[in-house]
Amino acid sequence: MATKVSSAVMRRGLRVIGVAVRSEPAVFTGAVVASAVYGVMTVATSWALGWATESVVIPAFERGEFETGAAVATVAFILGVAMLKALGVVGRRVLAGILQYRMQARSRGALSKQFLKLPLSWHHRHPTGQLLSHAASDVEAAWAPLAPLPMAVGVVVMLLTAAGGILITDPVLALVGFLIFPALAVLNLIYQRRLSPLATRAQELRGEVSEVAHESFEGALVVKTLGREDSEAERFRRKTEALRDANVAVGRVRGMFDPLLEALPTLGVLAVLFVGSVRLSNSAITADELVQVSYLFLLLAFPVRALGWVLAELPRSVVGWTRVQEVLDAVGSMEYGTAELDRAGPARLSVEEVSFGYAPGLAVLNGVTFTAEPGRTLAIVGPTGSGKSTLTQLMIRLIDPDAGAVRLDGADLRDLRHGTVSDHAALVLQQTFLFDDTVRGNIALGLSTEDEDVWAALRLAQADGFVSALPQGLDTKVGERGASLSGGQRQRLALARALVRSPRLLILDDATSSVDPQVERRILTGLRERAEGSTVVVVAYRMATIALADEVVYLEHGEVADHGRHEDLIGRCEGYRNLVTAYEREEAERASIDADDEVMA
Amino acid sequence: MTQQTLQARRRTSLQTLRHGLSLSPEFRVGLPVTLLLALAATAGKAIIPIAIQRVMDDGLKGGTPDLPMIRTVVLWCTVAVLLTALSGYLMNVRLYRSSESGLATLRAKSFRHIHDLSVLTQNRERRGAMVSRVTSDIDQISAFMQWGGLMFIVMFGQVVVATVLMVIYSWQLALVVWACMLPMVFMLPRFQRWIAAAFTRVRELSGDTLSAISESVVGSAVVRAYGAEQRTAERVDTAITRQRDAQTRAQTIVGFTFPLTELVASVAVAAVVLIGARMGLDDSITMGELLAFLFLITLFVAPLQTATEVLNEAQNALAGWRRVLGVLDTPADVADPRDDGRVLERGPISVAFENVHFAYPGGEPVLRDVTVEIAPRSRVAIVGETGSGKTTFAKLLTRLMDPVSGRVTVDGTDLRDVRFSSLRERIVMVPQDGFLFDATLAENIRFGCPEAGDEEITLALTELGLADWLEGLPAGLATPVGQRGESLSAGERQLVALARAYLADPDLLLLDEATSAVDPATEVRLARALEGVTRGRTAVSIAHRLSTAEAADEVLVFDKGVLVQRGSHEDLVVRPGVYADLHASWVTAARS
Repeated sequence: MATKVSSAVMRRGLRVIGVAVRSEPAVFTGAVVASAVYGVMTVATSWALGWATESVVIPAFERGEFETGAAVATVAFILGVAMLKALGVVGRRVLAGILQYRMQARSRGALSKQFLKLPLSWHHRHPTGQLLSHAASDVEAAWAPLAPLPMAVGVVVMLLTAAGGILITDPVLALVGFLIFPALAVLNLIYQRRLSPLATRAQELRGEVSEVAHESFEGALVVKTLGREDSEAERFRRKTEALRDANVAVGRVRGMFDPLLEALPTLGVLAVLFVGSVRLSNSAITADELVQVSYLFLLLAFPVRALGWVLAELPRSVVGWTRVQEVLDAVGSMEYGTAELDRAGPARLSVEEVSFGYAPGLAVLNGVTFTAEPGRTLAIVGPTGSGKSTLTQLMIRLIDPDAGAVRLDGADLRDLRHGTVSDHAALVLQQTFLFDDTVRGNIALGLSTEDEDVWAALRLAQADGFVSALPQGLDTKVGERGASLSGGQRQRLALARALVRSPRLLILDDATSSVDPQVERRILTGLRERAEGSTVVVVAYRMATIALADEVVYLEHGEVADHGRHEDLIGRCEGYRNLVTAYEREEAERASIDADDEVMA
Repeated sequence: MTQQTLQARRRTSLQTLRHGLSLSPEFRVGLPVTLLLALAATAGKAIIPIAIQRVMDDGLKGGTPDLPMIRTVVLWCTVAVLLTALSGYLMNVRLYRSSESGLATLRAKSFRHIHDLSVLTQNRERRGAMVSRVTSDIDQISAFMQWGGLMFIVMFGQVVVATVLMVIYSWQLALVVWACMLPMVFMLPRFQRWIAAAFTRVRELSGDTLSAISESVVGSAVVRAYGAEQRTAERVDTAITRQRDAQTRAQTIVGFTFPLTELVASVAVAAVVLIGARMGLDDSITMGELLAFLFLITLFVAPLQTATEVLNEAQNALAGWRRVLGVLDTPADVADPRDDGRVLERGPISVAFENVHFAYPGGEPVLRDVTVEIAPRSRVAIVGETGSGKTTFAKLLTRLMDPVSGRVTVDGTDLRDVRFSSLRERIVMVPQDGFLFDATLAENIRFGCPEAGDEEITLALTELGLADWLEGLPAGLATPVGQRGESLSAGERQLVALARAYLADPDLLLLDEATSAVDPATEVRLARALEGVTRGRTAVSIAHRLSTAEAADEVLVFDKGVLVQRGSHEDLVVRPGVYADLHASWVTAARS
């Protein structure tokens, strides 16, 4: 990771800044012009003071004169310069802010669009936390140099103006300035070079402390039930101590350089006083010029640090920008065809020789082939970890097979126009996800639907009862991830979301696991009796569900071990029989043991 | 549900500060010396105005500069500047060291206390809020101590030093300067309130943006499954735009208030020049003093300009500190008796509920007058409809909560008198949603028993009949499970959670629907394995698959918080009642 202000980082950092300048040329120009006004006016403040010394103070003290005209002019000069400087500051700050915030908004917009565009397989490879930190802290870091940037440009203008001014006043005094200010700049550079890796380290550790806390609190119940509070506290303490040491290291560098950076211009003023006095004795300058130059040094001391701020932000900016750009440059977005589906009624789904793996060489599915005929209900059954959920995701093209094809009414899903698959097929996922929106919003998900249709779907999903009991009915907000609802209620809303679309193909991935058996039964019977009819694919363990299916596909280790009617499979497929009759055999065995016991007794 | 449910005692700012400092004694180590150094560093600000005054009045008197005298002044001032810088360095290092040590202690204390809070309290809080207590809240205190608080002292000192010098040079002009600056001093708190309000809004909207974006990531499968990309993108765009506008607004307020101080200072400069020059006419002030004044005014500008920021930080730090103290004030209501508690012998365990009542605070009773004994080495199944009190029973049995009245005993000892380390060794619960840490499979299972080696873990998995499953994993025990275990399927996560508890080898294992996402064959295999190896162990299971009840020695049936039936499956199933009904409907669902 780049943490030092090396020339490579500088170059890349400037390129990042270049992007902002090209994106918002007007705002950037405005900010720089305002800042230049600020820079020139800062130097002019010292001229005003010199003028005041020359035209009002010295006459009064040395000659006992006080001219009202000169006094008024002095006041006007001082206040005029101050007003212009203030305007420059306002323009610089406001426009720099706008520049930074607009760029942040652009990046966040682009990132979230890319998140939506990239295929699910890409999402599988990238942890949620990482993607969110790209959108939050990386975007912030990428554009952080934009805040002090106009100020830094203004400072350059300020230094040039000051240099010109001093040179005109006295070349010898200028020499003091040419020693002090470059020294200040170099000191600043060394400071930032030493600080940035330490600050980055502290920032990383802050992230780690937060991660440990987050994970530990999320798993609080497990920690408690296994009595592991002490070891968790120890794990956290190690991180906080590392953070403490990193922060103290930062403090050491800050503690050293901040006072030095403050002392240097002060020493400069002292040098000006001494050298100036010598020049004064040679009559090379006047007293008011001496005052003016001293004051100038004091005024410049603080702004000059802005150059360092930009430098300090560059390494983080480059890292943040690179991370954001990696997401934006990620390829492998799903390609869509142009074909349409115009059929009505239940769909025909065929899975042909489909193979799929999340990582190369580790196939989750291998040569899976079967067909769900229109209007039929097909159950997918298999042991834990046999690839059932993956298969359902292939069916509506959340992921593409590595080999083989999935066809809807004969059309390869990959040839269909974007949005066509979701117009015809709906998947209810095993893990329910609700948006922080109203009940209606969660069910419609952008589809324009009548309330009657929503209620009809809720009725079918056996969710109308609890929804009508909610304080605002369909308009009730469900909270973040549906936090205000129970697991079973969330599942039924997710089901209604699929049903309201009257999909021609409905896929349920263990989607009724949190629902009471009686309720599940009512849902499944309702589905079957529905007028419009769909082809239904269910992943299930429960016999009641399997019994509703016309056909069963039995998966084992990612392959179709058998395929046929339940009655046939139970007769000929041992694995299937073992799985679905596990409870009965268990009971039978126990009964026979009991019987044996009785015989023995 | 409110976000802030941790009960903080009401405290004034001063009390907060005092209490906060007392919790982290490291803060006060060497504080007097640090403050002395700060004083020295502040006094250094007066060097330049004094030098100007001396050089102007004494060095340049009479037109010809007194060079040796000026050299002496400049030399002494240089020494003073270097000493000031040194004081600054020492002060900074001491301050960083003491504040960081103090805050690290506070972090660790709060973290531990959050884990000690009862499940009830923990569940009322959002996870993110608890994380903030040990991260950003403390960072805010740290920022204040190392910058804002220090700035406050230095800046205050700067204004005092400037004022003292001004009064020495000319009390009239000092009055002029203060008259110009005073309105600003009164305006600043108002500016700070505007700015703080604007930034609070920004923070809220940033949170909204992040949660909108997180929906497009966490809900990526749903978004794609329903073609809801357009709608999601619009929601994100709205949030981003609102955030950007609020940021711009906040920045505009800052942009307009910031230069005001300098504007006012320039009025002071102009006034001082005019009035000072008039005063010079009758020699009531020297030229050096007047010029020194102009330099002294600059000492006012920086403190007033940073004042809004310092005030802001002070407020944030106090608020953060209050929240952290609020956590520490929240009693660990289900507390570990620690050294006062008893350590129980390992071995066959008997548990008893005696007239146990339970209700959530302010809620209806969820468990009423439960009296039951669970014999050593028995297999007990707990059944009932959703909301019947099964899970409450489990939480009381594992002392995640304490009964409102009555008592729960283990081997005759009240659970409240048993040391947690002993209790957790003997009774372990496997919850339905087995949380996994972002580590390898082995590390997750080892969480139940830190000493266990890989062979023991493999053996445990084999005993549970999961050897086949383990072999099918890409990297075996070293397979990373991902965040929250998301690289595994829901059923596989439950297998890991079960293995973890199994490895912990408790005397009583409580399963709360711990195999709900596992296929029936594996479930039966697990149940049998648990029976097989648990000769000396008591097993309590809450299950919605009644196969578990069929296998149990005893079934406890709950209905609306009351233990309505108990007995063996064979007895209960033929008796009309809650169990017979539940069983009948399960049989139709599972076997029809």
